[in-house]
Amino acid sequence: MTALIALFWRDLRRAWGSGALWLPVLFFLLVATAFPFAVGPDAPLLARTGGGMLWVAALLAALLPIDRLVRPDRDAGVLDQLAVRGFADEVIAAVKIAAHAIGFGLPLLIALLPAAALLGQDGTRITLVATGLAIAIPALASLAVLSAALTAGLRGGSAIGGLLILPLAIPLLIFGAGMLDPSGRGAVKLLAATSLLLSMIGPFAAGAALRGLRE
Amino acid sequence: MTQLLRLTGVACIRGDRLLFEDLSLMLNRGDALWLRGPNGAGKSSLIRLAAGLLRPAAGMIERRERRALIDEAAALDPEMPLRRALDFWARIDTVDGHTVDRAMEEMALASLAEVPVAMLSTGQRKRAAMVRVIASGAPIWLLDEPANGMDDAAQARLAAAIAKHRANGGALLLASHFALGITDLAELDMGALA
Repeated sequence: MTALIALFWRDLRRAWGSGALWLPVLFFLLVATAFPFAVGPDAPLLARTGGGMLWVAALLAALLPIDRLVRPDRDAGVLDQLAVRGFADEVIAAVKIAAHAIGFGLPLLIALLPAAALLGQDGTRITLVATGLAIAIPALASLAVLSAALTAGLRGGSAIGGLLILPLAIPLLIFGAGMLDPSGRGAVKLLAATSLLLSMIGPFAAGAALRGLRE
Repeated sequence: MTQLLRLTGVACIRGDRLLFEDLSLMLNRGDALWLRGPNGAGKSSLIRLAAGLLRPAAGMIERRERRALIDEAAALDPEMPLRRALDFWARIDTVDGHTVDRAMEEMALASLAEVPVAMLSTGQRKRAAMVRVIASGAPIWLLDEPANGMDDAAQARLAAAIAKHRANGGALLLASHFALGITDLAELDMGALA
């Protein structure tokens, strides 16, 4: 257990070290800033579409760091050293997912406030987006670590990683943004179910991908 | 039980190439086996098989104890001071700081404790990896070219550490182009297997 905590803190330290903490957050804010310029200063339109835009931005922000989730550890031999010590690949994947969920999820939720303000979202909608994101973050982290593990052996892997993750992330996007629709009462349950499913599959699928990296 | 590692009828295929087959070897406490042979003979692959990082195409590998591995990657975070990078592995291996201190003394790295890993030379990094192996307390050492970039003094320290490890009942599988001045060393010529 001490070993797993050490592993978790190392991933978190690497995620937040050297300013990398701010990268997804800045990206998220950047999208929120750019969007009003693109659609014009129409407050009702922004309020209506802004919530969906926040979801798209959050999804892309989750994908931003996949380059450094697995590949550096593989290149440095850290994954091999952990395997030699008998850590199951699924456990390593689960720790990485947890660290990524905290590492990018927490700052994202904090950045949500200014971003939502830029897009003219009112209190109710901010709460809905925040709740939805909090539910979806474990799933987004699972997908990010999975695609990072799948593409760690490839050159230019992060671009392919985005393509890999997109189809799996679309249900999160539909149900998450669906929560904002007044008629979307069941959306939060479907979102939770999707998130649970992806979070459960994540460690096993990513673990298998990590095992594949050694062959 | 004195037997630490046993390979029975092991075959290794990398890509489409059969590197070796029907290889059997055994390491008891205190044993050291030197894998020699030309590049591509399968020395590193055999080390990775023994470590459990590769699966054999045929045969059986039994490990009775924990193992520690050195390969070409140092597995130390480059931005971290050396001591903290080593402390991470000490926590993973659940050994205390004194063990790391002693291992750093053994490889003469105590003075570099605060230097970031990225600033270390190749030989210093190999010595740091060796500290990790010594501190882990694992009875089976799997060393793939551990002396790369090491100067004579460091090689002597490495040989001394290996002698101490064997005296304490550890075993060693060494892939290297030269014998590192280790005495009482069994040899396996991988070039002759192909």
